[in-house]
Amino acid sequence: MKKMRLFQEDILKNIQFEDDLILKVDHLQTTFYTHMGQVKAVRGVSFDLRKGEILGIVGESGSGKSVTAMSIMGLVDEPGRVSGGSIRYGNLELTKLKDSEMNQLRGKEISMIFQDPMTSLNPVFTIGQQLKEVILTHTSLTGAEAHERAIQLLRMVGIPEPELRVRQYPHQFSGGMRQRVMIAMAVSCNPKVLIADEPTTALDVTIQAQILELIQNLKTKLDSTVILITHDLGVVSEICTKVNVMYGGLVMESSDVIDLFENPQHPYTNGLLQSVPINVRGEKARLIPIDGTPPDLLKPPSGCPFSPRCPHTMGICQKEAAPLFRINDRHCAACWLHSPEAPQVPGYVQSKVGEE
Amino acid sequence: MLEIKNLKKHFITGHGKGRKVLTAVDGISFSIRKGETFGLVGESGCGKTTAGRTIARLYNPTDGQILFEGVDIAKMTDRELRSYRPKLQMIFQDPYASLNPRMTVQDIIAEGIDTYKLAKGEERQERIYQLLDKVGLKREHATRYPHEFSGGQRQRIGIARALALNPEVIVCDEPISALDVSIQAQVVNMLEDLQKEFNLTYLFIAHDLSMVRHISDRIGVMYLGKMMEIAGSDDLYEEPLHPYTQSLLSSIPLANPRQKNFLNRIMLEGEIGSPINPKPGCRFASRCRYAKPDCFTVSPELRELRPDHFVSCHYAENLVPNVKKEEKIQP
Repeated sequence: MKKMRLFQEDILKNIQFEDDLILKVDHLQTTFYTHMGQVKAVRGVSFDLRKGEILGIVGESGSGKSVTAMSIMGLVDEPGRVSGGSIRYGNLELTKLKDSEMNQLRGKEISMIFQDPMTSLNPVFTIGQQLKEVILTHTSLTGAEAHERAIQLLRMVGIPEPELRVRQYPHQFSGGMRQRVMIAMAVSCNPKVLIADEPTTALDVTIQAQILELIQNLKTKLDSTVILITHDLGVVSEICTKVNVMYGGLVMESSDVIDLFENPQHPYTNGLLQSVPINVRGEKARLIPIDGTPPDLLKPPSGCPFSPRCPHTMGICQKEAAPLFRINDRHCAACWLHSPEAPQVPGYVQSKVGEE
Repeated sequence: MLEIKNLKKHFITGHGKGRKVLTAVDGISFSIRKGETFGLVGESGCGKTTAGRTIARLYNPTDGQILFEGVDIAKMTDRELRSYRPKLQMIFQDPYASLNPRMTVQDIIAEGIDTYKLAKGEERQERIYQLLDKVGLKREHATRYPHEFSGGQRQRIGIARALALNPEVIVCDEPISALDVSIQAQVVNMLEDLQKEFNLTYLFIAHDLSMVRHISDRIGVMYLGKMMEIAGSDDLYEEPLHPYTQSLLSSIPLANPRQKNFLNRIMLEGEIGSPINPKPGCRFASRCRYAKPDCFTVSPELRELRPDHFVSCHYAENLVPNVKKEEKIQP
């Protein structure tokens, strides 16, 4: 493996970043070509990731949030592939890289924490072996040095008795501890971007609090940038700085976290916020659910994917998906209600289509 | 309506020398009033699901009493239970695993009706349509199979099945945790409507703490097979008395970015212990910030510290809730 690398150009040497722009995703499309037809999981997603941000991607199952992350990592498996758009990491175009080139990048520059800590570790290797694999691939450390580094990493993510634990197998760890190991693995080479895909979904709320605090501490300590994928609006509001709300493979709303919660500008975001109970003493207000079910991506509705469930649907919504209207400099929403020609609806401001 | 007294459920694991006793539920007592919703919360492994299943008599209790309208059903044989089963139904957690994939929706819903020979022919069909209508499904769904439905719709089928025998009590075991946020609200609203219409009593088991507060009148907090605290839901959330409840509630992420719970979170160190051969004393003592030596030896009893607010902690009255946590930086 090491020999092979001699002939390979080191693509990491020439990465240059423009200001604080780390990652630029532009009209990304990822499609799965199944025997039942094409599943367009991601249908044109665009966003910027700037240094130091914690970007939350929220959405329900099937909204395309995980596939977006997998596309960035170059981990979309057959029968799926990135079918359009671009992902720029500095001056590198990730969608054009060969697998061997992606391998240099993964783990070192961009790394990922997976959803299920129970299945993403290999049960037949010790925790130490699995950590060392990452370290040895990306650094020139010797085996013994890598072992030391592995212990140091386990200590950093708050695992007690790391000298002992490094020799143990995944089944000897609890769910929360396994997720810590996954995090240690992801940050082992000080990546610039850390993508966490539902890192706390399988965990209890007290353990979730521990893991979220750990991710936040590590982000500050390693000076990295985080993309956090979740379905839990509470998690987003606790640690994210920016949020993309996804639905049916598209970004519905993109905003600064405070603006999103205080001034949601997309009917879907509004619906999500209203379906969570607001707990105050006394008589409980009835929840306001979103009627209907999420779209079938084998046959996505034409126009806006939310239009069949939307309380404000207009004629144009069913014909054409709305562009991102700019609400202010940190907030945009893909909804026709913001068009100057749309009827006024209380709570929704009218605006012009903003440039990307 | 339902009174649980010192209910225990132990499982035996291993054989011979490796034989161990897993105390999943270890002496819990509470009562549920007619028409109310009693929430049961706790982390995974605390025994809340086992408690629910034991109360529905899907498990045979090891010890204790389950008084259903004054009659103890804990030690009844299956034959004696036959007349009680229809009154005590259950909705399961996983809408994918709890419906038989080889049965049509109408046969799933009517299974209880058939078993108890309550209706036949057209009357049975009418009852199925009526139930489908109650849970917001269409008549044409009756002849389809479970795989044709989404998670939310499957949970509706499960609810229709539970309603088929006109139950009085329904044990809801995490009915919404497998569903998407926008669908959760639909199901919760439906459960509330059905409760009003049929005067149902719910035992609602969940780990989503904000939803539990929304739906429950009173809540019990479990930890390692023991009941830690029982109170009205507003009292519990606003003035939790047990140190475990305090840190559990402070771990809930709030959907309000200006009010980050992080800043005054009472972080709980460590993880839930093992229910196999538990140590004497308070189950929570090893993770408790206030633990004193006798917490490790004497098991606290559930006592009524305030009206209708029960707590099982030796020192609950001396604890100051919501102490700011000390600044802590990872090494």
